[in-house]
Amino acid sequence: MSSWNYRTCPTTGFKVHNKAETLIQFNAVTSIVFLLVGGIVGLTLALTRWQAVHLLNDEWFYRFLSLHGIAMLVAWIVFFEMAVLYFASAVILNSRLAAPWVGWLQYLLMLVGGALVAVMILTGNADVMFTSYVPLKAHHLYYLGIILFAVGAILGCVVFFATLVVAKHEKTYTGSLPLVTFGAAAAAIIAIITLSAGAIVFIPTWLWAAGIIPVMDSEVYRLLFWGFGHSSQQINVAAMVSIWYLLATLTVGAVPLNEKVCRTAFVLYILFICIASEHHLLVDPGFSAAHKTWNTGYFMHLAVLASMIHAFSVPAATEVALRKQGHTRGAFEWLKKAPWGNPGFSSLVLSVVGFGFLGGITGVIYGTEQINIIAHNNLRIPGHFHATVVAGTTMAFMGITWYMLPLMFRRQVVAPKLASLQPWLFGGGMMMFSTAMMFAGGFGVSRRSWDMNGVDGPFQVNFGPIVDLSLAVMGISGVVAALGGAIFCLLAVATLLFGKKVNA
Amino acid sequence: MAHDDDRDKKISYWEVFYDDIFLLFFLGVAITYILFVVWGLMELGTAQPSPLLKPNI
Ligand code: HEM
Ligand SMILES: [Cu+2]
Repeated sequence: MSSWNYRTCPTTGFKVHNKAETLIQFNAVTSIVFLLVGGIVGLTLALTRWQAVHLLNDEWFYRFLSLHGIAMLVAWIVFFEMAVLYFASAVILNSRLAAPWVGWLQYLLMLVGGALVAVMILTGNADVMFTSYVPLKAHHLYYLGIILFAVGAILGCVVFFATLVVAKHEKTYTGSLPLVTFGAAAAAIIAIITLSAGAIVFIPTWLWAAGIIPVMDSEVYRLLFWGFGHSSQQINVAAMVSIWYLLATLTVGAVPLNEKVCRTAFVLYILFICIASEHHLLVDPGFSAAHKTWNTGYFMHLAVLASMIHAFSVPAATEVALRKQGHTRGAFEWLKKAPWGNPGFSSLVLSVVGFGFLGGITGVIYGTEQINIIAHNNLRIPGHFHATVVAGTTMAFMGITWYMLPLMFRRQVVAPKLASLQPWLFGGGMMMFSTAMMFAGGFGVSRRSWDMNGVDGPFQVNFGPIVDLSLAVMGISGVVAALGGAIFCLLAVATLLFGKKVNA
Repeated sequence: MAHDDDRDKKISYWEVFYDDIFLLFFLGVAITYILFVVWGLMELGTAQPSPLLKPNI
């Protein structure tokens, strides 16, 4: 039993390095645990913002809001991305994973960091919400947890790049990188940009919270925090788009119509997407209109262009593949005959629609300086990002899991009928949820607000019944989406424990 | 595509550029840090106190 153990996947023909496989398994399972935690908490938040229910008291609302943001946006997404990076490098390139022990260090640091952050929040030591805007101050261990987590994630990217070098050196592939790996490389590059900004901002903030540094400037914090907090969303975008291409291939055998165009789009992401972080600073007084406009208005649209390219190229490749299977009657037979019952396929479609149309378009609108002034900090914003990061990214990650289970864990998915229902509940629920949230936001309902009417405040705000209606729709569709999320976690765990073994 | 006879065919400059992951990495870091971070910090560093601010309030 040497360390060079490979097996050949009977379905895809990939040569799978055993150490890569174990790391993929650990990261994927951990991510799903965080998804479960974040999902339960998210449900209680939705049931609180639904005014007729108003479940939590104020203290626990803000505490759970902090936990939800971290458990979902940071832990679930980044753990899963580590699994994706190892898959896109070692597995797709048929290579060994470079320095697996660094991979284990990645896992441990992220686990310890993530757990530390969660404990600090739950013990009431970090009611600062996901953004932890200075001068809000959490316990210093909270910031240390984030730093450990980020360092772990950087190590994961290092292993990824080292594996690319190893694969090239050992000639496990020739020519250019496969498109999916190229997209994952874009994600890893963006990750390093992101995490370096995170290190620059969180290390001094940690020292400030520990009492070692006397002051921390809140504008400098916000600039650098968003270099981290927003760019991390672009890691998700690049990883999600790579998964779109992978899912299109796995579900209907699609090949990109023009790889050059797709690669160009990924390059545009690498070069221009991180500066979009500026949209969080559009109402900040410290920056000039020039800084704001160049970063969100001019250059950023080169990255928007990239998303538009992908949003056309993925459906086009899918259409061509389905037409090649003989579904050529009329304009839409291919769409009617598409494998809608395959949860991988329906997740792909829901993810493209949720991300591209609901999330992407609203993002470009709200990220415009003149419009941001009215959308800023009201429910339009969480409405927008639940479309991108939940109906888009999370949906795509769930979709690829249905393939990951037989390919990486070698288990057949239990209850496939329920699995094919899952994307519709989760994706459909989330689209409704996001739309209702944005609708309520349009009437000025603020985000992150337990007491939106200002009952305990110096003056009261009254909203019309239309707001009550939209918040009720938000609450109900939040319950539906949470149900879809619960089914996902349940089936994933049940498959790991009881799924029929797939022979290798 | 990667047929052996095509090997000596000229690879386009774009392809060479796109294949150079580490060059792309460098450019991505440079653009973000110059345009967003450094420019932003410069603006914060040179920001004037508001003229509305009265020292005795
Ligand atoms: C069933 C699933 C989910 C439900 C019902 C849900 C519900 C909510 C609600 C009600 C809020 C509070 C909005 C406010 O008052 O400002 C919220 C905030 C948030 N959610 Fe979710 N969510 C879900 C899934 C997710 C996922 C999968 C992610 C990330 C991948 C996510 C990321 C966030 C973030 C970052 C915030 C903002 C936290 C903050 O303001 O500090 N959510 N969610
Ligand atoms: Cu953002």
